[in-house]
Amino acid sequence: MTAGATAQPAPGVATRPPSGLAHRIDRLLLPLYTLGVVSYLALPVLVMILFSFNDPTGRANLNFRHFSIDAWLDPFGRPGLEEAVFNSLWVAFGATVISTILGTLIALALVRYGFRGRGATNMLIFLPMSTPEVVLGASLLTMFVSTTNLPFIPQGVLFPLNIRTILIAHVMFCISYVVVTVKARLQNFPRHLEEAAMDLGANEWTTFWKVTFPLILPGVVAAALLAFSLSIDDYVITSLTSGQTDTFPIYIYGASLRGIPVQVNVIGTIIFASAVLLVVISTLWQRRQSFRDFSSTRQVE
Amino acid sequence: MIQRVPRGAIPYLLLLPGIGWLVLFYLYPALQLFLVSLWTGNITQGYQQTWNFGIYAEGFNEYWPWIVRSAAYGGLATLLAFLLGYPLAYTIAFKGGRYKNVLLFLVIAPFFTSFLLRTISWKIILADNGLVLGPLKQLGIIPQDFQFLATPVAVIAGITYNLLPFMTLPLYVALEKVDFRLLEAARDLYAGPWRPGGAIVGAIGGGILAFLAALVVEINPLLPVAVAAVVGALIGRYLISESFVRITFPLSLPGVFAGSLLTFIPAVGDFVNADLLGNVRTQMIGNVIEARFLKITDYPMASALSFILMAAIIIGVLIYARILGTEELTGGRA
Repeated sequence: MTAGATAQPAPGVATRPPSGLAHRIDRLLLPLYTLGVVSYLALPVLVMILFSFNDPTGRANLNFRHFSIDAWLDPFGRPGLEEAVFNSLWVAFGATVISTILGTLIALALVRYGFRGRGATNMLIFLPMSTPEVVLGASLLTMFVSTTNLPFIPQGVLFPLNIRTILIAHVMFCISYVVVTVKARLQNFPRHLEEAAMDLGANEWTTFWKVTFPLILPGVVAAALLAFSLSIDDYVITSLTSGQTDTFPIYIYGASLRGIPVQVNVIGTIIFASAVLLVVISTLWQRRQSFRDFSSTRQVE
Repeated sequence: MIQRVPRGAIPYLLLLPGIGWLVLFYLYPALQLFLVSLWTGNITQGYQQTWNFGIYAEGFNEYWPWIVRSAAYGGLATLLAFLLGYPLAYTIAFKGGRYKNVLLFLVIAPFFTSFLLRTISWKIILADNGLVLGPLKQLGIIPQDFQFLATPVAVIAGITYNLLPFMTLPLYVALEKVDFRLLEAARDLYAGPWRPGGAIVGAIGGGILAFLAALVVEINPLLPVAVAAVVGALIGRYLISESFVRITFPLSLPGVFAGSLLTFIPAVGDFVNADLLGNVRTQMIGNVIEARFLKITDYPMASALSFILMAAIIIGVLIYARILGTEELTGGRA
């Protein structure tokens, strides 16, 4: 759609005639500025990675002493750390699967069908995103502590607070983000392809799996990645709904009072590297996908 | 199997599980939050539902400094993120060329790290004798007892850092859609630099920003305001063009709207930055809520404060949406 506009080099907004100082500022200042902000954004991550190779004297990993790969050889060498990391992964995986399915269904309903109550539905999707995390966690906590025995819910699902209540909370705050992401992808959906499939005798079920789903899959994958990264990084909501269960962010926060062990930096670095790798792979895959779409439409023409 | 279902029911079937989850674990807990705020009692002796509405007046009276501080820190962080993020988004959208995606990736990538670890990294970088202040102190450039951590500036800077991409990305999305042909047309119609206007806007903007910053750091605002006004005027004079004021900026307003909301809402409710980078005097309402729930287990007051925070933000957002007239965020246009 905007390909024509973006493909050609930007004519620039230097609408004034290229005159001396102003022009030079314009040419130099913005790139320099961008470089500065990007370094500012990256600096803490680089420090985190650097300090994962530290050999600290005491408990606190605050000053760089010697280069060492001890922590890398034994990333779980702290009591409770391994459990916290696997709790985080388990919750993030579960929350991603559940919220991606539920959110995609909502997005499909919102974009593909007209129905009464659409406004209210949009509102309900929007509200959790405009509520501060501390309030989301707080309201779940008040519900969990005051519903020890509801008739329809089996004992132990909502209370005591444990990994299950964390999962419930994470699914809740991920759903809205999934809906928004998938909806964006559905907005320019080529409806004629579905109609063609129906004309050729496919029923709705087949049409969905053979035509609709492959087309929205990149959006669903993007939404799942977003949900996973939101869940694995969440501290605020988790702290209010976790009880005694540790997740990786809870562990970090607890450790930050006594001094962060080097192993935390190692695991932080591993998570960072995997996330970067995943996003690069999914981007390349989507690019290939869109290239394939493009070339197939060309052949049709 | 799907054909047997009447067509009109399909959307509701699709909605049911997800909306059910949100009703059960968002709406219902919000109601429960309100009910708990009207409890009386304590955790050892048990609570009763006493409909004690007085707790809201009590909450305002006791905690208004925290509420005001949260709004001020959140507002300043949003403003700073906007000032930092706009030129960044602008550069990527207009001058990015073939590096556009790489630049976007560089903006987002740091946020694949846990925000706690990033905030703790800042703590290491800015420690009293750390990577930055240590050398400066040894060279005698700043006094020995100079502190950056445990100040309001550190908290605001931390919030700004953590939320910058939430501001930058919506701005980028809006700026990327601006049609270059409009800007070419403006040039053909003799749009030039916006000299006097740019200088005035820059001076006023810089002045206000310096004044607010001086208030927060509690120093005499005169000198910083003067310096910032001059710098702002120079930047405004050279960088702001007529076509930017009349075309680019108005077209980017939906991004400004979305970005400022996505930044302000988490900023107001934040307590992690205040906890890790601040001290007792920089605590925000989120700190109070968290402590009241988890450490003091004063559920009614904690719930009342949470409810005030939620209601204030949702009402504020709805008014803001009405004023700016964009329904993009609530999905009204879909």
